Amino acid sequence: MDLTELASTVAAALPGAVKSSKVALGELTLDVEAAEITRVLTFLRDDPSCEFKVLIDVCGVDWPARAKRFDVVYHLLSLTKNRRIRVKLETDEETPVRTAIPVFPAAGWFEREAYDLYGIMFADHPDLRRILTDYGFSGHPLRKDFPLTGFVELRYDDDLKRVVYQPVQLVQEFRNFDFMSPWEGAPYILPGDEKAGETGKKA
Amino acid sequence: MDKPEAQSDEGKITINFGPQHPAAHGVLRLVLELDGEIVTRVDPHVGLLHRGTEKLIEHKTYLQAIPYFDRLDYVAPMNQEHAFCLAIEKLLGLEVPKRGQYIRVLYSEIGRLLSHLLNVTTQAMDVGALTPPLWGFEEREKLMVFYERACGSRLHAAYFRPGGVHQDLPPELITDIAEFCETFPKVLDDIEGLLTDNRIFKQRNAEIGIVTRAEAEAWGMSGVMLRSTGVAWDLRRAQPYECYSELDFKIPIGKNGDCYDRYVMRMEEMRQSVKIMQQCIAKMPPGPVVATDHKIVPPRRGEMKTSMEALIHHFKLYTEGFHVPPGEAYAAVEAPKGEFGVYLVADGSNKPYRCKIRAPGYPHLQALDHLCKGHMLADVSAVIGSIDIVFGEIDR
Repeated sequence: MDLTELASTVAAALPGAVKSSKVALGELTLDVEAAEITRVLTFLRDDPSCEFKVLIDVCGVDWPARAKRFDVVYHLLSLTKNRRIRVKLETDEETPVRTAIPVFPAAGWFEREAYDLYGIMFADHPDLRRILTDYGFSGHPLRKDFPLTGFVELRYDDDLKRVVYQPVQLVQEFRNFDFMSPWEGAPYILPGDEKAGETGKKA
Repeated sequence: MDKPEAQSDEGKITINFGPQHPAAHGVLRLVLELDGEIVTRVDPHVGLLHRGTEKLIEHKTYLQAIPYFDRLDYVAPMNQEHAFCLAIEKLLGLEVPKRGQYIRVLYSEIGRLLSHLLNVTTQAMDVGALTPPLWGFEEREKLMVFYERACGSRLHAAYFRPGGVHQDLPPELITDIAEFCETFPKVLDDIEGLLTDNRIFKQRNAEIGIVTRAEAEAWGMSGVMLRSTGVAWDLRRAQPYECYSELDFKIPIGKNGDCYDRYVMRMEEMRQSVKIMQQCIAKMPPGPVVATDHKIVPPRRGEMKTSMEALIHHFKLYTEGFHVPPGEAYAAVEAPKGEFGVYLVADGSNKPYRCKIRAPGYPHLQALDHLCKGHMLADVSAVIGSIDIVFGEIDR
């Protein structure tokens, strides 16, 4: 059974759960309804044609321009069929995704990480604490609107005899170079071009 | 944040293990709940070494992102770079020349030796043996010299590049590695002589931290942890990358899934790695070590000095870098600690849109609570030693 066949088997067995499927670069990706994630994962784990018994990874991806800005991406592996699958769903800051812990206990920390770094909520997660960032950290650092330099920095205060947080002060502004070439159709107007108006757009 | 209490119930205590503890293998903080000397709950607090690697990678070009991978699992740096390069190559559809593949495999196996030597010997140290680390680190030193002679640095190699490796190996280095492969098994014999039949080592490790196949699958374990339960699963065999399918080696699997099995397996894996290295040296064909597509791979430095076109490519690739077509890819390698994967989302620009690093130690450490429950306090350090965790990759 190749990947396209597998995709159609899964889609047929889970009506209303799989929105679309795609095979690219030899990898199968299923786009699923966020509300159906438990059903999809359980099927993928238990069905004899799938047997994806190992949860490799759960992670978030941020697309701020979208209404549902986050992708939650699950990577599964089948040891018996020697095959991988990727399951994707969309969510936003408020809508929680049902946790995958009842299906895969390994999801616990991966979901904590997605919560910590993106602020994706997981319903029924028994222990949804921050995991990688500092105790008392605020914000979700892997969101695209979170600046690379962050908001606070640490310093040892000699008077207080402890480490204190203070607003980040940069000697030099972080330089993010723009390498998009106007010759390759970069989607912006070069300085000065805005004066040309409608007629100048062709040039 | 829950605060660990000093004393809760009669006979029940909560203690803080680490973050500065020699058996914590880095900056691991464990909040242990004990009933007498029996562990009832382990709550690992990780993230003390969090550097925001994934965020930083999103702000760097693909080539600039490679050195971050050396700093993940810093005891086997090149294996991490390998996964990232494979992901980029998958997206670009780039082919690595044969010699480049053999050099990559050769150095991946050196990385495996580096990691296993550190792990096996410090696991022994955690349970009280001081000599193995001294012997093992002597060999690690030689291996790091091989790293240095190939790429100029002992640890942070940045040697694997998209399309191959940075530079060819000098012939004397290859002879020296071949010589090392001759003498190294003797050192392994010596270390085994100290540990394998050692009564104390056995008492501390046998039947400790037992994992079954179902548990290993449920907790997302890979590598030695998974194989110790008797599952013959190694990505080098199951989903071969580079030239592993052309090489002859065996995958040791465990029987009992305990700490002792994992030790024995790591020792055997080192012997197999030496075998792989010897085959690589014997089979390594002459030829280029890196792909010749100069829209992706920068030209040689000598060429850059004389050819105008090469100079333009050099300038473009070291400032702007190459663009990767939009798409997503997951590439995984069998790193010494298990499946190390990189999930790369490209948006067509010169920087990764998202780069998720799947570290093998992360799910292993998560399962620590499960593994240690019901064991004695002293067994916790034996289990930590045998699950082989390095905080560079867990905290990222």
